[in-house]
Amino acid sequence: MLRFFLSRLALLIPTFIGVSIVAFAFIRLLPGDPIMLLAGERGMSEERYQQLQSLYGFDQPLFVQYFHYMTDLLQGDFGTSIVTKRPVLQEFLTLFPATLELSLSAIILAIAIGVPVGVIAAVKRGSWLDQTVMGAALVGYSMPIFWWGLLLIILFSGILGWTPVSGRISLLYFFPPVTGFMLIDSLLSGQPGAFKSAVSHLILPTIVLATIPLAVIARQTRSAMLEVLGEDYVRTARSKGLPPRRVIGLHALRNALIPVVTTIGLQVGVLLAGAILTETIFSWPGIGKWMVDSVFKRDYAVVQGGLLLIAAIIMIVNLIVDVLYGLINPRIRH
Amino acid sequence: MTSTNTKDPNAAVGLEGGTVIAVSRRARLAEFWYYFSQNRGAVIGLYVFIAIVLIAIFAPVLAPHSPTMQNRGFFLLPPVWEEGGNWSFILGTDAVGRDVLSRLIYGARFSLFIGVVVVSVAVSVGILIGLIAGYFRGAVDTVIMRVMDIILAFPSLLLALVLVAILGPGLVNAMIAIALVQQPHYVRLTRAAVMSEKGRDYVTAARVAGAGNIRLMFKTILPNCTAPLIVQAALSFSAAILDAAALGFLGMGAQPPTPEWGTMLAEAREFILRAWWVVTFPGLAILITVLAINLMGDGLRDALDPKLKRS
Amino acid sequence: MSNKNGALLDIRNLSVEFETAGGTLRAVDGVSLSVDAREVLAIVGESGSGKSVSMLAVMGLLPWTAKVKADAMLFQGRDIMNLSPAERRKIVGKDIAMIFQEPIASLNPCFTVGFQIDETLKMHTNLTSRQRRDRTVELFEAVGLPNAADRLSAYPHQMSGGQCQRVMIAMAIACDPKLLIADEPTTALDVTIQKQILDLLVSIQVEKDMGMIMITHDMGVVAETADRVIVQYKGKKMEEADVLSLFEKPQHPYTKALLSALPENATGDRLPTVSDFVFDEAPQTGARP
Ligand SMILES: Nc1ncnc2c1ncn2[C@@H]1O[C@H](COP(=O)(O)OP(=O)(O)OP(=O)(O)O)[C@@H](O)[C@H]1O
Ligand SMILES: [Mg+2]
Repeated sequence: MLRFFLSRLALLIPTFIGVSIVAFAFIRLLPGDPIMLLAGERGMSEERYQQLQSLYGFDQPLFVQYFHYMTDLLQGDFGTSIVTKRPVLQEFLTLFPATLELSLSAIILAIAIGVPVGVIAAVKRGSWLDQTVMGAALVGYSMPIFWWGLLLIILFSGILGWTPVSGRISLLYFFPPVTGFMLIDSLLSGQPGAFKSAVSHLILPTIVLATIPLAVIARQTRSAMLEVLGEDYVRTARSKGLPPRRVIGLHALRNALIPVVTTIGLQVGVLLAGAILTETIFSWPGIGKWMVDSVFKRDYAVVQGGLLLIAAIIMIVNLIVDVLYGLINPRIRH
Repeated sequence: MTSTNTKDPNAAVGLEGGTVIAVSRRARLAEFWYYFSQNRGAVIGLYVFIAIVLIAIFAPVLAPHSPTMQNRGFFLLPPVWEEGGNWSFILGTDAVGRDVLSRLIYGARFSLFIGVVVVSVAVSVGILIGLIAGYFRGAVDTVIMRVMDIILAFPSLLLALVLVAILGPGLVNAMIAIALVQQPHYVRLTRAAVMSEKGRDYVTAARVAGAGNIRLMFKTILPNCTAPLIVQAALSFSAAILDAAALGFLGMGAQPPTPEWGTMLAEAREFILRAWWVVTFPGLAILITVLAINLMGDGLRDALDPKLKRS
Repeated sequence: MSNKNGALLDIRNLSVEFETAGGTLRAVDGVSLSVDAREVLAIVGESGSGKSVSMLAVMGLLPWTAKVKADAMLFQGRDIMNLSPAERRKIVGKDIAMIFQEPIASLNPCFTVGFQIDETLKMHTNLTSRQRRDRTVELFEAVGLPNAADRLSAYPHQMSGGQCQRVMIAMAIACDPKLLIADEPTTALDVTIQKQILDLLVSIQVEKDMGMIMITHDMGVVAETADRVIVQYKGKKMEEADVLSLFEKPQHPYTKALLSALPENATGDRLPTVSDFVFDEAPQTGARP
């Protein structure tokens, strides 16, 4: 198992180096002078320019620059925001919990609904239930989620007035972040109503972000279940006199989950792409909105650092999914 | 005609090669259509898609107004069936008095155009690179696949966003960015197909007969791995429309006053709680188009890839 | 011998139809058979003759596309056709057990073999988990799997086909069934293993006093294991006889064909095949007592 893990980790190294080259090249591909872009200063003295040039090392050959860039990265230096003058990594770490909280609740929602729905559709294949569910899944899969979010806002915030339009918690509440997860922090704060406020802020973004993964997981679960239900070992399980609940929910599902886990892993990229849109719509203070804002503010140091950090997260999650895949598939484990 | 050929084997043998191929191609097409039409959703998707294509083609005829004309005195007019609606603006007007329906009709042109361009670029570049990787293997292959891994390591929308930041906002740059982000899928598919086809007897036979590398790659191997590529093309056609609309929505795609659906949504956002129609209809147009294409994609997969067929 | 009162399993006029895209397919057509306790009945017939389908019908394991009809399906005098699914599950897996043709595919790749046997015991007995474990070890030893205690935690893919079939047998006999249905239990195995598995099945059958239905293509297997034989062809019962008389005086041309396909009966330098014989499809009725 450890060897499996390490070999997968080793495979990531060239990809990570490649990703770092992309991030490194980004600032140099932008039209305009990289020093101006990085320093964000309009009009500067020749002296200041020279100073910055040697600070950023732009006067040195490219590979030396890359080497410095890499050493900085390995020491946790992902650059400094032009706008806030704070280290990019620090900004990232303050904002990331918000994205993580949103993404986790979205993927949990997607799995909690998508898997059972896919199983039921497969068991009752061809029925009106199956057709409805799969029709809905295709609609979800085709959904422009930025529009979906706006629609939900119109309905639940505008017409019904049930949910707030933006943010993570009502301005009435203030408490220092402990875990960074608003749901947990609001509970810890002990302020009455804080948790409820956090939940009501979280609901709509979660639904929006979960829509596409939910559709994909439901479709994938159904087709995996259809395949598995025809297998000999399912017949064996039935021949033992086991109730359908156990035959389907344990013997068939356990095998069907193997491809589904891969699908769930692939949703990480989808989630982060969706987070860009969802966070923008709901003014959710996470890294997706951070990236979009930085692109607009031309805070290229943040874009560069964020690009790298987000790619790193995706790679790490994929590694975890690979390991999970090994755990649930005995044929790989041994 | 076909039936006489099959009844009389000598006739078929005696026919010129071209005719036999034409017949078998027609038979294959008939078989394809049989499977495709078995899928009710796919047929509906096809009809809707044809309708959208027609709307795009005949936009100037169909649209009641110019998509960019600002009608003074008709700002944020609701659709006809709402109170205060007006028959000359069936789906209402936007914040500067442009007819929503006309903009939607013209928007179909942009969406289809984006889909066609992105898919053609991604397909041709992706197939070429994939053929090279799968055919030559070795170091070339390793380098290519590493690069594709790197592209796939980023969330597609984020990468497209950053690329547009480099290239500058605009529809053309958005299309380039999306095509670039999508082509790794074609590279992977083509490479895998080439690798599995390369060892087959017919390729060896062609090689023995003296076919060169280029001829082998394009004339012999490629036609035999088109099915998964076509299915992927349908999927990425809809993904391209969605991504372009998302970029437009973020202000990085087509720029106002272009009647691109995503851009229209971006402009409408601030009126979301005041004028639901400026937000609802452009998104509905995106959803219907993407849904129709995805329905067709499912049908294509069923019809082209019997291995993927589920009972 | 058939239709005797008090038979362990007594099936009268069983038919199974499948609704397929190409219309209705009658896989089993009016088959009657009975097995006594402690008797081994062999069903032979070529591929597609409905042997498996008729036994799956008894077990209630056919997919929903199948329509099962029978005048009666009595197990120990009780009609299992009209039982509720829950009541039927109390019999299936406990009193009637079945083993299948593909041992490796028949075991769930995601669970250890120990778990898969334990589950059967848990379903049908009141044993404690400790007792179930002991029982599983005992079963493994009975089917000739050495190091039984260690093997409990093995996954199917870590075992050979023969070992998997032994596990399947252990699972089938876990609750001391009255009737064991073996659907071509050796077809997928190595020739050398086939004999071992057959011997194991026969010895278990004798030891546990079970009735057994053995489905096979192989007349050699019939000769070695069975008391009585039913020959099935295209879903119909062609002939029924006890083994000795069948081998001495096969009535139906199809049976003759099957018999002459045995290597011992080969003439010249070529094995005869079933298609070398032309015969009409009418079953030989009343030819036997
Ligand atoms: N699920 C099903 N749907 C449709 N037809 C089926 C199904 N299962 C079996 N059949 C058909 O029923 C007929 C009898 O099949 P069965 O499996 O009983 O044959 P068999 O005698 O066991 O053959 P073999 O010796 O190859 O195992 C075959 O024609 C088969 O195609
Ligand atoms: Mg069979």
